[in-house]
Amino acid sequence: MLTFMASDSEEEVCDERTSLMSAESPTPRSCQDGRQGLEDGESAAQWRSQESEEDHEEEDPDRYVCSGVPGRPPGLEEELTLKYGAKHVIMLFVPVTLCMIVVVATIKSVRFYTEKNGQLIYTPFSEDTPSVGQRLLNSVLNTLIMISVIVTMTIFLVVLYKYRCYKFIHGWLIMSSLMLLFLFTYIYLGEVLKTYNVAMDYPTLFLTVWNFGAVGMVCIHWKGPLVLQQAYLIMISALMALVFIKYLPEWSAWVILGAISVYDLVAVLCPKGPLRMLVETAQERNEPIFPALIYSSAMVWTVGMAKLDPSSQGALQLPYDPEMEDSYDSFGEPSYPDVFEPPLPGYPGEELEEEEERGVKLGLGDFIFYSVLVGKAAATGSGDWNTTLACFVAILIGLCLTLLLLAVFKKALPALPISITFGLIFYFSTDNLVRPFMDTLASHQLYI
Amino acid sequence: MTAAVFFGCAFIAFGPALALYIFTIVTEPLRIIFLIIGAFFWLVSLLFSSLIWFTTATLIGNKDEPREKYLLIFGVLISVLIQEMFRFAYYKLLKKASEGLKTINPYEKAPSMRLLAYVSGLGFGIMSGVFSFVNTLSDSLGPGTVGIHGDPPQFFLYSGDWIRQHLRGFPTLTLHTDWRREFHHSSPSALGLVSITLFPWQSVQLVNVLQEHFHKSEMIFHSVILFIFRLLSGHFLFDLVGIK
Repeated sequence: MLTFMASDSEEEVCDERTSLMSAESPTPRSCQDGRQGLEDGESAAQWRSQESEEDHEEEDPDRYVCSGVPGRPPGLEEELTLKYGAKHVIMLFVPVTLCMIVVVATIKSVRFYTEKNGQLIYTPFSEDTPSVGQRLLNSVLNTLIMISVIVTMTIFLVVLYKYRCYKFIHGWLIMSSLMLLFLFTYIYLGEVLKTYNVAMDYPTLFLTVWNFGAVGMVCIHWKGPLVLQQAYLIMISALMALVFIKYLPEWSAWVILGAISVYDLVAVLCPKGPLRMLVETAQERNEPIFPALIYSSAMVWTVGMAKLDPSSQGALQLPYDPEMEDSYDSFGEPSYPDVFEPPLPGYPGEELEEEEERGVKLGLGDFIFYSVLVGKAAATGSGDWNTTLACFVAILIGLCLTLLLLAVFKKALPALPISITFGLIFYFSTDNLVRPFMDTLASHQLYI
Repeated sequence: MTAAVFFGCAFIAFGPALALYIFTIVTEPLRIIFLIIGAFFWLVSLLFSSLIWFTTATLIGNKDEPREKYLLIFGVLISVLIQEMFRFAYYKLLKKASEGLKTINPYEKAPSMRLLAYVSGLGFGIMSGVFSFVNTLSDSLGPGTVGIHGDPPQFFLYSGDWIRQHLRGFPTLTLHTDWRREFHHSSPSALGLVSITLFPWQSVQLVNVLQEHFHKSEMIFHSVILFIFRLLSGHFLFDLVGIK
């Protein structure tokens, strides 16, 4: 889900509207070959704009909250939204691009992730059948199983959240991030070293993986510099996407991508959808939803108290005092089940200063599925970079459109459907139509 | 082959575009967005033109060599036409977006049409160049067997150079295409200029294809056209740079 977080001040009204994020993912069960079960993590992305809060601004100039500018004239609100709109689009483009680059680079160089070595238990039907119809049927069945697992997990998570089993969720999340940060990293590192034929002894390996994992756990579940958190989240999403690319059979992967974007749409927009219920519950409790499992591009400013101080007006134009706060304990998380984070204890700002944040939040599941699409295009596009590039541009444009829709509708929106639809259209058409055209042109040295 | 070939060709092809990107576009988020949208529009135009080419090819059935070439030429011309259509469509979209931005942001100066035309043209050009060249580039990193079946040795250099010219040609072309609507006093000449340069450009390529030789003269011809075009649009570009 894509969330545009306005402010995290303790103002009730604003808290209600702020961060709606949720993600669903299956429990980290291990599958037959002992690997982690998958999460399709948080697919849903909810995008929330904070313009709605700006209405309250006029009432109390001391409430920085939403738009974060004390007592600003209303006319400036829209302008700032737009200014921040473009900036936030770029703040999302960069991590999504980075994640995709990591995934594509790995796929193109490390042979391990394109070899078929079995399947997950979530996709039990094999695609090695001779007839096309049978293969199609098997992939549809695989998709049904996968989606039902995801739905079950999401509902389970919503139930846990509703009954305030925070400890359980927290433990679940810690377990899954442990698995991702240590086991998957170890495997990834092993394969990369094998590909480049670099020797590394076990003590060095142990030290490296231990440091990487430990810092990751601290950054993600506790406090850490924002940039480091973001980097870890990107790496985790890339690792997860690579696992998906390796273990999902061909046709199943495409059908799953399509199905999950439909599910995302339904779950976030329908009144009884699990993700929407999650969001609403979090709103009722005035808790920030799931700081874990979400990539946040927040920039936190600390503004002086109360007065209409002209420098604070300047603060909105540029982050003149941008302190990267670690008041957000856990940002993002491995794509696992929805996590619910208890209200962050590290919320200073009641007495001393008000903090506000303007940032965009995108669920890790979105990162994962975008990267799965682009990675699959790179893996199966018969050595063709055009398909990969076309999918990449399509996904970015989808993201852009989603953000635009967010600014128009001002409510939580799923980030998967538009991008995945564009990505799928472009993948299939580029692979089948554009590629022969470009190849023929290139062989005759014709450039259009 | 060697990394030298890879980097050399890559920089020949994408150097100017990369420089333009780094110095003018990277700083402003709105420009990046328009660049990507421009690239997207080019991609869609390519999609449509390859759809047409593909359906024609399947319907006709290219069994013999010359037919394939004629089909290809037809494809290229259609593709140029469709690209121009999409360029126009993007121009219309930009105009609407620009007006929208102005109404929302009365306090702030919206990016000018020229700037948007430049950015969108760059997007078109970059996407077009990347699409044409990236496969060749990646082949150059592989084993050195590219020219084994009798292709000319200048293949890479030629392709790289092509792309460079291509990339520089497109932004200016787009600039002109959009300008003609804005500034009426330059309109007849601009439109004429576009058509005059674009078609010889393509036809020389096609002549080359038909004759199966990679004439050096083609490169020279294109350099000349590009040079003249740049001279004419040069002062517009300097204005634009000044505006930024």
